[in-house]
Amino acid sequence: MTEVEGLLRELAPQVLAALVRRYGGFDTCEDAVQEALLAASLQWPVEGVPEHPKGWLITTASRRRIEQWRSETARQRREEALASAPPPEPVPGVDDTLTLLLLCCHPSLTRPSQVALTLRAVGGLTTAEIARAFLVPEATIGQRISRAKRLLRGERFTLPEAERPSRLAAVLQVLYLIFTEGHTASSGGELNRVELTTEAIRLVRQLPPGGEVTGLLALMLLTEARRPARVDASGALVPLAAQDRSRWNAAFIAEGVSLITTALSTSPVGPYQLQAAIAAVHAEALTAADTDWAEILTLYDLLRVVAPGPMVTLNRVVAYAQVHGPEAGLAELASVDLESHHRVAAVRAHLLELSGDVEGAREAYLTAARRTLSLPEQAYLQSRASRLSRP
Amino acid sequence: MKYVVLIYGNPESRTAWEGMSDEQRAAGLAYYQQLNDDLDASGERIVSERLAFPELTKQVSVGDIGPMTTDGPFAEAKEFLAGFYLLDCESFERAVEIAGRIPEAAFGVVEVRPVMGLHGTEM
Repeated sequence: MTEVEGLLRELAPQVLAALVRRYGGFDTCEDAVQEALLAASLQWPVEGVPEHPKGWLITTASRRRIEQWRSETARQRREEALASAPPPEPVPGVDDTLTLLLLCCHPSLTRPSQVALTLRAVGGLTTAEIARAFLVPEATIGQRISRAKRLLRGERFTLPEAERPSRLAAVLQVLYLIFTEGHTASSGGELNRVELTTEAIRLVRQLPPGGEVTGLLALMLLTEARRPARVDASGALVPLAAQDRSRWNAAFIAEGVSLITTALSTSPVGPYQLQAAIAAVHAEALTAADTDWAEILTLYDLLRVVAPGPMVTLNRVVAYAQVHGPEAGLAELASVDLESHHRVAAVRAHLLELSGDVEGAREAYLTAARRTLSLPEQAYLQSRASRLSRP
Repeated sequence: MKYVVLIYGNPESRTAWEGMSDEQRAAGLAYYQQLNDDLDASGERIVSERLAFPELTKQVSVGDIGPMTTDGPFAEAKEFLAGFYLLDCESFERAVEIAGRIPEAAFGVVEVRPVMGLHGTEM
């Protein structure tokens, strides 16, 4: 990302918020801001960044907004009144960014639309960049964004206080989804692909800190820290236990650990904080063998109460087996009711392998390999299986 | 998540199509157009195509003397691929719901298959 691109992405939500406050009409304002951002991305690298970049963008977007309005209506008198009104003043950033995020993650939109609109309106990404990041055609993302904007046309910019907690939860889910999309993408993807993990971290940093917001930021940093080690030179997945920990990002770990330590001692516990705490325990172990699995098991016991779900149940079994041994883990796995998800088969395979049941482990790895929808996971599971079939 | 919806024809569906009046066929195509418009509006359709009848199939095989083509399979083939959708939607359930709107589903010959991706979770 160049300096101008970084600046434009930072200013995009602030400019949009200023326009929506001044003129109303989220959809037309968003179009106008996109045009202003495009103009800036062409002009600034050549002519230099203006002295007041935010003011420049607001003025340019306001003009575009008026031009659009002019082309849409022939009512001359109103046009003149609007055109002679001064452009809106820049307003403080953080609250407006949150309000925009709450709007982009409106419950009337589908999750993919919330994701696309958030990245464009708040993240300042172009439709083409979002499309490349999600490996779908630009037209598909364009449709999602324009439909989402149509649905939000009549929405007010302010939000009743009572709705805030549930709407904020949706925002955090969308940001986490953007992060996991980037995190699970295998390396060596398309050139010029926007790093969705970086983008998600940047957006969470713009939210008012505290509690689950801080928990989510810590979780993202601690997960992102492992990224350099989770795929090897050939692009194959490296499991956590086998990762070269010297390649983990020490700065991200330090920040993540510090954030989660503060959050846990100052706010009520929540699922993101607990997941971040688990990631912190992994991050602080110098080798895989040093991992404090008893602590991790305790955290999963808590997480199972706060946010129960099949993946939490399964990951708890993994921790349980590390503490009590593979046979106890297999018994625990048999006692929980989980669907035939490939990760269940993968965990069973791993525990069978540890308990010495080579043939059972091989079968289970192959079952898992047939059920996954991920090519890198399939390659990993197949290689585990074929390793066990050697004489 | 991406899903492919595979639409199969069979001799019965083909005879039914060929026996329709122009108006009936136009109504059938209009139905598909509406489905496509809806899926474009929701941003879920990446691409969809209707395929030519199986008479125009060429099978390709590579042997010692290089690539060779043979014609067929022919109409007597029990089931043939008649068209497909590539969707990007939220869940398998949603893909199945969309597939249920395809008229051929009434004959029980529409399949939904998830597309393999390059995303891998940490083990």
